[in-house]
Amino acid sequence: MRYLIDNFPYVLSLIGQHLVMSGLSLAIALVIALPIGIVCARVARLRNLVLGILGVIYTIPSLSLFVLLIPFTGLGLRPAVIALVAYAQLVLVRNVVVGLTGIDPAIVEAARGMGMTAAQRLWRVELPLALPIILAGVRVAMLSIIAIGTIAAFINAGGLGLLLFDGVRSSNPEKIIAGAVAVSALAISANGILWLIEQRVFQATRGVTGTKN
Amino acid sequence: MAFIIADRLTKTFPGETRPAVDQVSFEIKQGEFVVLLGPSGCGKTTLLKMINRLYEPTSGRLLIDGVDVRSMPATALRRRIGYVIQQTGLFPHLRVEQNIAVVPQLLRWDRARIEARIDELLDLVELPRSYRRRYPRQLSGGEQQRVGLARALAADPSLMLMDEPFGALDAITRARLQEELLRIQQRLHKTILFVTHDVDEALRLADRLLIMRAGRIVQFDTPLAVLAEPADDFVRDLLGADDVLRRLSLLTVADALASDGMNGDHTAHGIQETLNPGDNLREALIRVLRSGGQPLPVVENGRQLGRISPDIIASALTRKTHALPD
Repeated sequence: MRYLIDNFPYVLSLIGQHLVMSGLSLAIALVIALPIGIVCARVARLRNLVLGILGVIYTIPSLSLFVLLIPFTGLGLRPAVIALVAYAQLVLVRNVVVGLTGIDPAIVEAARGMGMTAAQRLWRVELPLALPIILAGVRVAMLSIIAIGTIAAFINAGGLGLLLFDGVRSSNPEKIIAGAVAVSALAISANGILWLIEQRVFQATRGVTGTKN
Repeated sequence: MAFIIADRLTKTFPGETRPAVDQVSFEIKQGEFVVLLGPSGCGKTTLLKMINRLYEPTSGRLLIDGVDVRSMPATALRRRIGYVIQQTGLFPHLRVEQNIAVVPQLLRWDRARIEARIDELLDLVELPRSYRRRYPRQLSGGEQQRVGLARALAADPSLMLMDEPFGALDAITRARLQEELLRIQQRLHKTILFVTHDVDEALRLADRLLIMRAGRIVQFDTPLAVLAEPADDFVRDLLGADDVLRRLSLLTVADALASDGMNGDHTAHGIQETLNPGDNLREALIRVLRSGGQPLPVVENGRQLGRISPDIIASALTRKTHALPD
């Protein structure tokens, strides 16, 4: 704990780096996963193929994926973000698919029967109703991005992994503990905040928190 | 000209050899309440969904108000047709008012007009205006289907398609909503196509019954005519046409009186049960039997029109069975 207190500004800057790396990765991952998930929800035949491929990517050990990318991207933030985006795809796409295909078919039929176009159905009915499940995916993806992101320090992407790697290299248990505590705190708070958002959205989309009258 | 004309409509689903709806032709007049009746899998829901093009016909033609439904985009067609389904299909994330406003919004009505329409519709389906801000989950099943009905009526479509709308409700709620629907229909004169497999519901609501079996129309006529002269044994069994009470429920006290004329001057002695001309004969028979088989006076506006006895009911039944109204 000594190290954490003495070097608080440094640890804070590493937390900042870690957050930027994780947030950036999550944002890019979502932009990619949403359309893929929407298409997979509509086209059943594509679903297993895409989820299969994403499953394979997910099983590649993270360190080897980081290193594999270096010849193409060099060191630093870029290969880290690319790898983290790739890892997050499985959870995000799967939850988009589950959220969209899990909607009561009667609701979708009513939307069609009332004359909504496919785009209107998607934006006004399907995505809002799938949102709680999509957000659950976002939360799980964020947690794995934060965790795997520590390894990214190995390829010069910075973040809290630095404390862990430096600590190991210089046999400084204080540093390792500081890194572990900081990563855990980051993950726990991200989880808590995202969980709260998820609950609020869940209640809103199920129409259970509305004020009566 | 008829409001809806179906010309050899056929739907064969991919991978099926037998068509779900097979060369069906019929005409429906504006303002008619037509009930599509038949056992599961007879094609009645498929037929209904071809009308708003949720299913595209494999062949055949469908005209609504003289216009081929395929001459316009399906979404534009559907916005002009009210659609009510069994599970209500209300959007759980939208408040009652937002649910009702969906089609007017798609049609780009202005805000003030939509607001006024929401109040008007809640009044029409007899829900308190305070329900506007509620979510579907906060309503009972019957209330939800009232919202479903209001939502379908929102843009004032002249045609309503209803797919077993009361099928998931308990008997009492269902009966009340049937009554409401008839009351609303008397006011609005919509053309309604209503799918059900509940015979009593069909007889109660229909101006005409369209009875289907295995993708074809077996009989298309008024409830009374279908009951009196079922096209075949299938229809007879389906309707329980031999059920005398069911037939009586379609005749009124006035029907029986008209034939019997004024049977004398009966002075009412003491406080006695009376019948209204509008009561159905099933109800009348029950009350006559309950009063020991004594004839009961029929009274309207304090004036006695005649009396109903078991004999009169019996003769009304046999006469109506043979001489059909047009």
